Amino acid sequence: MSDEEDDLILDELDDAELVLQMHDDLYDGMADEIDEAVRILLKREWLPYDILTKALVEGMRIVGIDFRDGILFVPEVLLAAGAMKKGMGILKPLLVETGAPQLGKMVIGTVKGDIHDIGKNLVAMMMEGAGFEVVDLGINNPVEDYIGALKREGADILGMSALLTTTMPYMKTVIDTMVEQGIRDDYIVLVGGAPLNEEFGKAIGSDAYCRDAAVAVETAKEFMARKHNQV
Amino acid sequence: MKTLIIACGALAREVLALIKLNNWQHMELSCLPADLHLRPEKIPDAVEAAVEAARDKYERIFVAYADCGTGGLLAARCEKLGVEMISGPHCYSFFEGNEAFDARGEVTSFYLTDFLARQFDAFVWRPMGLDKHPELRDMYFGNYDKLVYLAQTEDDSLTAAAGVAAQKLGLEFERRFSGYGDLSMHLKALPY
Repeated sequence: MSDEEDDLILDELDDAELVLQMHDDLYDGMADEIDEAVRILLKREWLPYDILTKALVEGMRIVGIDFRDGILFVPEVLLAAGAMKKGMGILKPLLVETGAPQLGKMVIGTVKGDIHDIGKNLVAMMMEGAGFEVVDLGINNPVEDYIGALKREGADILGMSALLTTTMPYMKTVIDTMVEQGIRDDYIVLVGGAPLNEEFGKAIGSDAYCRDAAVAVETAKEFMARKHNQV
Repeated sequence: MKTLIIACGALAREVLALIKLNNWQHMELSCLPADLHLRPEKIPDAVEAAVEAARDKYERIFVAYADCGTGGLLAARCEKLGVEMISGPHCYSFFEGNEAFDARGEVTSFYLTDFLARQFDAFVWRPMGLDKHPELRDMYFGNYDKLVYLAQTEDDSLTAAAGVAAQKLGLEFERRFSGYGDLSMHLKALPY
């Protein structure tokens, strides 16, 4: 960033410029600037849901594209996510008050034996940003935890994540158990993680492999729309 | 039988040490960049290109990679190319011995080998952006509790370096001597 840009006064920008600046600030992982911009838009009587979707989620979508294309790397994505998290921290309580749309409920966690949760955390955050309720089971989840949470929470979607070649087969264990219990078709099952691919997702009986958080959100929306059309 | 070992750059010293130790004059080594591990999806194509480029010059080619985060894609590619590779998920596993590593069932340990102890800053600290943003450390390593240094050689300076790495990551430190493990077994099995 140039010195000139460092001197930018966010409050002097009009709404459209400020939203574009927020996309830039998210891209650069500038959490304090995002915090300030979110408060400015709230002061200008923007709906929290609009700030979330037009400024934060859209900004992270751009980050996601550049990550996929090899322009950004994991550290930059984490910094951007940290900035988005700060903005969401302000908006989250307001979203409940203002009745933001709820698209569905997702239970998510990394599989048994896997403690790598960066991808899972990004997906959870983007799903929340897109209007899904997310129940995050954290790391190292055995099949009982997934199935217990799905039933308890009345969830629509199960999201499983794995970073290791050695742990990704456990996703099949979970899906097979759901089949045995006759509940497989009650849920949309999405899987993701660095060593996975589409073939693996199909082979284990998931509904879809999602290569990144943005794809997970779009896939979840698509499956929820199909589900509603079936009713 | 003239054999080419196409290895991950992170195994170069170890393969050369085994060649020297066993006087394997039939064996030559060619390495791919170790930083391919930062984008494992690129490993199968890189290995295929190296195999195709060398195929006419050698009677046998062996790929000194384990799965290395490719989710089975490297194994499928090697099968298609008709070349063997190292079994197991990654080098931590085959250095300790795949069976022994699997039996431990460690979930919360982060591993270094001799290569990674030597190159910790270049292959872990900097690529993860921790030189510029140390505040990201716990996002990466918060779920780990221990750094295990699997030593291929007796080298006090590497043990010290691994200890410093553990400190930087905020993890307990344990050193285990593994030697060359299954790497040695695989290379010994290649016929002269």
